[in-house]
Amino acid sequence: MSPVLEVRNLGKSFGGVRAVDDVSFSVEAGKLLALIGPNGAGKTTCFNMLNGQLPSDRGEVIFDGRKITGLKPREVWRLGVGRTFQITATFASMSVRENVQMALISHAGETWTLFGRAKDRHVAEADALLKQVGMLDQAERACGVLAYGDLKRVELAVAIANKPKLLLMDEPTAGMAPRERIALMALTAEIARERGIAVLFTEHDMDVVFAHSDAILVLDRGKLIAKGRAEEVRNDPAVRAVYLGSGATSGGH
Amino acid sequence: MIDLIFAQTLNGLASASSLFLVACGLSIIFGVTRIVNFAHGSFYMLGAYLAFTLVSRFGPADALGFWGGVLLAAVIVAALGALVEIVILRRIYQAPELFQLLATFGLVLMVQDIALGIWGPEDKLGPRAPGFKSFVVLMGSRFPSYELFLIVVGPIMLGLLWFLFQKTRWGTLVRAATQDREMVGALGVNQRLLFTSVFAFGAGLAALGGALQLPREAVNLHMDLSMISEAFVVVVVGGLGSVTGAYLAAVLIGIIHAFGILIFPKITLVLVFLVMAVVLVIKPYGLMGKRPVGSAHAHGPVEPLLLPASHNVKLIGLAALAVLLLAPFVVADHWLLTLTELSIFALFAASLHFMMGPGGMASFGHAAYFGLGAYGAALAVKWLGMPMVPALAFAPFLAGIAGVIFGWFCVRLSGVYLAMLTLAFAQIAWATAFQWVDVTGGDNGILGVWPAAWAAPKLVYYYLALAVCVVAILALRIIVFAPFGYALRAGRDSPLRSEAIGLPVMRIQWIAFIIAAVAAGIAGALFAFFKGSVFPTYMAIPRSVDGLLMVLLGGVQTVSGPIVGAFAFMGLQEQLMKATMYWRFVMGASIVLLVILFPRGLVGTALAFAERRREAEPAAPVTATPEPAR
Ligand SMILES: Nc1ncnc2c1ncn2[C@@H]1O[C@H](COP(=O)(O)OP(=O)(O)O)[C@@H](O)[C@H]1O
Ligand SMILES: [Mg+2]
Repeated sequence: MSPVLEVRNLGKSFGGVRAVDDVSFSVEAGKLLALIGPNGAGKTTCFNMLNGQLPSDRGEVIFDGRKITGLKPREVWRLGVGRTFQITATFASMSVRENVQMALISHAGETWTLFGRAKDRHVAEADALLKQVGMLDQAERACGVLAYGDLKRVELAVAIANKPKLLLMDEPTAGMAPRERIALMALTAEIARERGIAVLFTEHDMDVVFAHSDAILVLDRGKLIAKGRAEEVRNDPAVRAVYLGSGATSGGH
Repeated sequence: MIDLIFAQTLNGLASASSLFLVACGLSIIFGVTRIVNFAHGSFYMLGAYLAFTLVSRFGPADALGFWGGVLLAAVIVAALGALVEIVILRRIYQAPELFQLLATFGLVLMVQDIALGIWGPEDKLGPRAPGFKSFVVLMGSRFPSYELFLIVVGPIMLGLLWFLFQKTRWGTLVRAATQDREMVGALGVNQRLLFTSVFAFGAGLAALGGALQLPREAVNLHMDLSMISEAFVVVVVGGLGSVTGAYLAAVLIGIIHAFGILIFPKITLVLVFLVMAVVLVIKPYGLMGKRPVGSAHAHGPVEPLLLPASHNVKLIGLAALAVLLLAPFVVADHWLLTLTELSIFALFAASLHFMMGPGGMASFGHAAYFGLGAYGAALAVKWLGMPMVPALAFAPFLAGIAGVIFGWFCVRLSGVYLAMLTLAFAQIAWATAFQWVDVTGGDNGILGVWPAAWAAPKLVYYYLALAVCVVAILALRIIVFAPFGYALRAGRDSPLRSEAIGLPVMRIQWIAFIIAAVAAGIAGALFAFFKGSVFPTYMAIPRSVDGLLMVLLGGVQTVSGPIVGAFAFMGLQEQLMKATMYWRFVMGASIVLLVILFPRGLVGTALAFAERRREAEPAAPVTATPEPAR
């Protein structure tokens, strides 16, 4: 089976800093791939190149058999890539349901419609998505007043609204309580398997990573230093060096 | 030819100095307090008036009397600036940007009337500076020595400021605060002092700029607004917060002015603003400016949900409409005129709200589209010989085309930069109407734009205007609640998320800009036939500010706000104009008070009040508080 996402020799520098340096990997449908590494390793930069937010310096990104390097975020989204952000990005003046409806409206190509209430569109579908992430009971609340963990779940619902083949989640559980984290990733894993979505996520909490990933990539100072199953990565000397602090240059934990 | 170029260059440099002083103060104040101080032109004007009085008192012939007067004027205005900061601005640093702007515009109005009260309406001609009364012959042309003095003042002040900002503790604090907002919070108690001193310093610079103009041009009551729009241009071209940028831009603008008069005497103003537009497109944050860090919505209340009208609101709306429909049978005849005007301005305000509220694009120059609508109608009547109805239909196209062109540039920017660019475009439109005398009649405007015979009776025209405005306002309202309106708000709330769910934010904003322009154009066209004439003032800054006032008074967050705001504003203005000659002062003071008391606008405050009552009734659902991010 061909992978949903294939990344080849991706690279990006900021000034002299090689934020992402010759990174290659692939993700298959229904699988969860964790991208880990200390702060500043280049994870977010990598994500931003995948969905077109940042132009890459080198390398190419192939999604669903198609080269997507150089496309704009909205074009990448149209092809079927959903994304959540490290710092949640939702529409604060809209209710939880409206946030999801907005994504559905865009997906249905109704953005330019000048009449008819937006509120009345795709209600059932939006509610189904909210039910799936456990936010249905808060559907009427404004996103601007939600607790952070709830916002992350809204983002998840928004990100899967266009039935993506690939989901990019940058630190989906940052800012949540430990129990909430496991629950959210369990939910993500369930959705991914059920819908056959490939998921690439970054995460700091190793419990979450080991419990819910099919494979792990380890990034350090822009370079991919290890990849494999949880056990292999856990015992990799290079990874241990980065994570146990013998690599004095990295600041993560 | 060479000597002409030389002379014009010197001219340009001389006028650059005052401009630099004013713009530099504006820029520093913005850098530290994040307040766009519309009243900065007023400080400039006050500086000039005070210098006039003080110099006359101290004896203009005496060097000490003249320069002492000039400097004392700057010091007094600096003290006034400190007072303004302490009494007014300090209370509104947390308010949304636009409300701060509004408060400073309230100050503009107050100062205008204070100056009128003290110095009267006549222009004041200042004395020549002692020691600089002669001419210097340079490359064969005579050059006033005071001009040469001014040319030197610019770089000297730049040097002094550079020293101040690089070598003193105060300067270091100012720079740090300009670069990093978070820093300011960490200053603790010092912050108040810093803000007050920066404001006073900026005001003093503006006043010095004004005082130095004394031997050069007559002091008058219009100095404030003409200076503020140029200072905006300089600050935006130079980059907000950059002193060197302000100097470069002031020189650039000064020289363009000087040469523009030689080469394109008809379009000098247009030229200045065109240069600004070009710079902003190439370097959106100005020659020396940096992209602002942090989000544009850094402060201000969280936007509330936008709910469709409840049953009650609909009833109130219907009742209001019924009142408007029945009013002609009850009220005196002259009220019809007021009501017609009110309907037109409600549409104008609603169109501005459409781009400001849901679109998040504050326009300082919305009058341009109103004015272009009016001119569209007038030109259609005068040059194309169109009757009223086709002219009314044609006019919004002119506004819409301007919206297409200007909007394309504007949506590339955001926040204050966008607002200032809209102002610049409005000035282009105004300057065109003002200077292109052959077509637009210039200052004399175009007369004889009368409605068709059937619509000529006041009553008929009132119903016509009311019908058109109600339909247009409802159309805007429907769009706000339709998918397009949601997409527009989405782009305002989070451009990042919008792009990540397939929404082309800029294109959506552009279309919204055009829609707002067309709607304003409709209002303008109705206004042209209502007045029977059009003038460049239709698109001058005060009209744009009127629009802003209406929208902000009513509240940006609600769709019905601008209509309430338009009525409140027009009503207030009309009553005040009847009651006192100094209506501007009262108006300005009311604005300042309103901003301090109701930072969300009238309707916004009422809604917030209702919301609080609603939330208080059922116990709010308990949610887990987020653990602080690691
Ligand atoms: N826009 C940018 N400009 C300059 N440097 C950047 C930018 N974005 C990220 N970097 C640098 O690139 C490196 C990787 O950052 P990032 O991708 O955010 O890491 P991570 O998400 O793994 O914590 C860091 O050294 C960071 O300072
Ligand atoms: Mg990151």
